[in-house]
Amino acid sequence: MDNEYILEMKGITKQFSNVEVLHQVDFKIKKGEVHALMGENGAGKSTLIKILTGVYTKDAGQVFFNGEEIHPSSTLEAQQLGISPIYQEISLIPQLSVAENIFISREIKKKGFIDWKEIYKKAEEILKDLGINIDVRKPLRSYGTAIQQMVAIARSIMINSKMVIMDEATSSLDDDEVQILFNIIRKLKSQGISILFISHRLPEIFEISDSITILKDGSLVGEYPTSSLSRTELVSKMIGRNAEDVVNYKRTNRQIKDEYYLRAKSIKSGVKLRGINLDIRKGEVVGLAGLLGAGRTELARVLFGIDHKDSGSIEINGKEISFKLPREAIKYGIAFCSEDRKVEGIIPNMTVAENLCITNMKKVSYFGVINKRKCSSIAEEFVKKLRIKTPSIAQNIKNLSGGNQQKVILARWLSMEPDFIILDEPTRGIDVGAKKEIEDLIRQMSSQGISILLISSEFEELVRNCDRIVVLRDGMNAGILDGNDISEDKIMNLIANGNMAVGGN
Amino acid sequence: MIRAKLKGNGAWLAVAILVIIPAIVFKEKFFSLTNLLNVLRQSSMIGLISIGMTCVIITAGIDLSVGATVALSAVIAAMLTSRSIVLAIFIPLVIGVTIGLINGVIITKLKVVPFIATLAVQMAVRGIAYIITDLKSVAVAEDALPFIFIGRGYLFGIPVPIIILVIAAVIMIMTCKRTTFGRSLYAIGGNEDAARKMGLRVDRNIILVYILTGLFSALAGIILCSRLGAGQPVSGSGWEMDSISSVAIGGTLLTGGVGSIEKTMAGILITTLIGNIINLQGDINSYVQKIIMGAIVLVVILVQKRTMEKEN
Repeated sequence: MDNEYILEMKGITKQFSNVEVLHQVDFKIKKGEVHALMGENGAGKSTLIKILTGVYTKDAGQVFFNGEEIHPSSTLEAQQLGISPIYQEISLIPQLSVAENIFISREIKKKGFIDWKEIYKKAEEILKDLGINIDVRKPLRSYGTAIQQMVAIARSIMINSKMVIMDEATSSLDDDEVQILFNIIRKLKSQGISILFISHRLPEIFEISDSITILKDGSLVGEYPTSSLSRTELVSKMIGRNAEDVVNYKRTNRQIKDEYYLRAKSIKSGVKLRGINLDIRKGEVVGLAGLLGAGRTELARVLFGIDHKDSGSIEINGKEISFKLPREAIKYGIAFCSEDRKVEGIIPNMTVAENLCITNMKKVSYFGVINKRKCSSIAEEFVKKLRIKTPSIAQNIKNLSGGNQQKVILARWLSMEPDFIILDEPTRGIDVGAKKEIEDLIRQMSSQGISILLISSEFEELVRNCDRIVVLRDGMNAGILDGNDISEDKIMNLIANGNMAVGGN
Repeated sequence: MIRAKLKGNGAWLAVAILVIIPAIVFKEKFFSLTNLLNVLRQSSMIGLISIGMTCVIITAGIDLSVGATVALSAVIAAMLTSRSIVLAIFIPLVIGVTIGLINGVIITKLKVVPFIATLAVQMAVRGIAYIITDLKSVAVAEDALPFIFIGRGYLFGIPVPIIILVIAAVIMIMTCKRTTFGRSLYAIGGNEDAARKMGLRVDRNIILVYILTGLFSALAGIILCSRLGAGQPVSGSGWEMDSISSVAIGGTLLTGGVGSIEKTMAGILITTLIGNIINLQGDINSYVQKIIMGAIVLVVILVQKRTMEKEN
């Protein structure tokens, strides 16, 4: 029992239909430490986690948990051993109450029947311990993502776990919520619980983790104390090449002609948009910064005709317009890559080619009949141009990695030769390598004269790519940064200006 | 009134209205004991099936094989009455369980969607009922008095089928509310993938829920056979739809995860009371009843949809 490590995985090997996805991987986590597992998409992180949680069985190697060798063959078994995963998509039941979500499958019983009173009491206690005061009898879906995430954590604490796995648990949280989560992680740590932490956001890794294990192409790169690595070193090790150009890409100030593509004046819509001005010149990349709920996505939706403005005016190429439907905006040469590519972007069961041609049916069809060959040739062209990694254009898009799915969506819009592209969090949830390629693409597009509105929660991304940055706060303009004024600090200042607190970064 | 519906007890409110208004209009005719018991006895068989159906629908499934199961169990019960009354009850129940097991295994192991799986089973079961009877009605043995008692008898002045329904409902309400199995049905219907990751025994419980429905359908078949004094291979056709609409009218969401057996019981009462009012009216064509039921189902579904949208 007196082992320094809570988890030791030795020589883990796993094959899928003769392709080795994990090769002799060693992975160790100490008791009470926050350990980050890093690697690009496809590096083997999730396979390793799935072996640990009993979803997959390993082909070779040994797993020791708390000093004993284990062979979990189901998630239930892994949970019983004290390994609790908290997934990227929240894996709870929205219709059931908060309390029930914490206790389901291990209900407190009295005389064989579930004792609801006791469950409500206990659930309240556990959440209070985490600093959350909510009505545990209400259905889970009446609370936001952050609370749901906390409920998932409460559940794993209740299960009395010794190790909690957080797989991209922060990807849907805003900065404040991430801080709340981090406080909970610190609390768990002080109780001796180990945390296996996976996140695409590098600043988070450096803020919360004690050590980092890096995987690449299914093999172990190494294990390092977090304090010994710089951000650049970490990325270099993950992508296996020099990452200076990714992380330290310096923005260059470009000269942009004073020719306006879009001028939006005092746009108001509902409670979210309370009078926003936005100008975009031809070939300009304008960043839209602000906290979640500041009106970024809402503004984009109005520009694209999904939602409607209550007042204000939008001019495109000097002509006042007002789109009632996205169709009209598309006809006008506007493209919109939405934030949630799983829900709004891709059609999972259609092929890469079909996904690519779907908004451009006119170009590939005659009298409503689709010309498959034409669609394929367009798809081939863009797969090559954007270096989309796919076995073929006939592959189902759901089998592609997140970064490549994003590229297909970009290609879909590019194939229509738009004048203006709205990109809402284009690099969310994709790995560093793919991210760089998407950013390259943004620059390429703008140099061809396409105007771009880039919405992003990552200030660095905005600083690297934008000619101008418009900062929103509470549905209004908080300020505009231009040229040499653009820096992360200044964005943060503008957002924080007033009584808003900013966490993270 | 719509606002009250949103609070989740709308179905019972509707039941109250359906009792009070006709009571005023028809007076003692409506309130006579025989009429009330008739209303309830009519409900009992669809009621039993709907208990199972509710559980299936809570898991986001559907069971179209219940009507055929009623027919098969009814004819087999009738055939066995001449040999042994114990067998005439026991064997149909075993058959109901087996049909449920087949449904559950096709759905969970062969991964066929419930609609198609149970549709296929429905056809097969109905076919078996036709073949073994050669499409003829099978009479219950005349000396099988205890068997006849199930459908026609009274205990303490209450028809036996009603007593069976009430007992079954109480047991299943408790099961749904206060057992791990019951709660896992809600979890499966709410988010099957999450339920699996939470370590719930998803496949086993889905199979169990179809077995329960098969069991209740067989029980309904036995009662029907006993009431009619015969097992008819064509009986129970369309009952799956009557049952599904009662579940929906009660307020259980067909999308899964939300609902209860209490609601379904209210749904059963609503459908039966409306039928009864139409009968008492006398001059309304009984086919009109179908149209009214259709309209009610539609209204209920629309209200549900509005509620969902509001919550989001």
